[in-house]
Amino acid sequence: MVEFTLPANSKVKKGKTFPVPAGATRVRKFKVYRWDPDSGENPRLDTFEVDLDTCGPMVLDALIKIKDEIDSTLTFRRSCREGVCGSCAFNVDGTNTLACIKPIDDIKGDVKIYPLPHMPVVKDLVADLSVPYAQYRSIEPWLQADTPPPTGERLQSPEERAKLDGLWECVLCFCCQTSCPSYWWNGDRYLGPAILLQAYRWIVDSRDEATGERLDKLDDPFKLFRCHTIMNCTSTCPKGLNPGQAIGEIKAALIKRG
Amino acid sequence: MEFRSPLGRARGPGSAKEGGIGQWKAERLAAIALVPLTLWFMASAVFMVGADLATFKEWAGAHGNPVLLILLTIALYHHAQMGLQVVIEDYVHHEGVVIISLVLVKLGAFFCAAYTIFSIVRLTF
Repeated sequence: MVEFTLPANSKVKKGKTFPVPAGATRVRKFKVYRWDPDSGENPRLDTFEVDLDTCGPMVLDALIKIKDEIDSTLTFRRSCREGVCGSCAFNVDGTNTLACIKPIDDIKGDVKIYPLPHMPVVKDLVADLSVPYAQYRSIEPWLQADTPPPTGERLQSPEERAKLDGLWECVLCFCCQTSCPSYWWNGDRYLGPAILLQAYRWIVDSRDEATGERLDKLDDPFKLFRCHTIMNCTSTCPKGLNPGQAIGEIKAALIKRG
Repeated sequence: MEFRSPLGRARGPGSAKEGGIGQWKAERLAAIALVPLTLWFMASAVFMVGADLATFKEWAGAHGNPVLLILLTIALYHHAQMGLQVVIEDYVHHEGVVIISLVLVKLGAFFCAAYTIFSIVRLTF
């Protein structure tokens, strides 16, 4: 039936507060979701006070500072710290984004940081992304062509290559995926905006020869058509991409096919 | 406990084909048809506020009005049942309840449409 109750470990308790050392002038409060699977307790929201004069400008800088100087048990993914690897995707100030390219100054009041919504949590800010990764694998995100590769490279014209713009930049952070209400309710069957953007990236690639098979696999009421153009995906994408449009292009390709 | 791999679950039973682009097209076609039909019906209804049954019967039987009324009925119930199907598939996750709800919605829409068309025919001929 329709589910009205929250799953286990969903109620977030008030956590500990770590006050800033005396003498700090520019203090911001970071409220960070904490959950330790080994504790058997519900999650809590810890408050870390950080002196911004001794901290880098981005939300990730603050998280790294907290882990280095205040609480080394704080767990989160991060790697490139410049918006390329897609690791540090969290829900920051109510919006999914990459913490490394989200300036602290853009946020009014306390900085609230939660894991990506509606995914199982491994620990603290680390969401379990094994389902989206498997969904990504399921669309076979690699070039498929029967024509033997020419010596050298498979060529594209500048116009053909331009069709991949706005698609290749996706770093698979899954900010869009986990912002989509349709994905929240039917994430087991709906592929979600990130995967569909990637699927379109291969559908529109002039070098790929499996367009028909790719479209066949998507022509399904759940895999593709759970998209109800809510457009949270596009408004939340930290790279400024438009998964909603990519999904629309897949539907258009199916229409054109007849 | 489930040991099936995430990839196995992601692939699932594959594409249903039916209910994909076909249903999506039908939803939009019905919606497009409903725009002029609804505007026409609402405008007509507003003009007939306070009219007696005889006047209404005369209007319903005039020119192409019975045909438009029947088309409105078909487009309306068709669109409504497809919309309800999407809502049920989105939010209801108990397989049995989904199937029973879909059957009730589809048969219900069919019955209501048939009854409405019968009423239009009886009213106008």
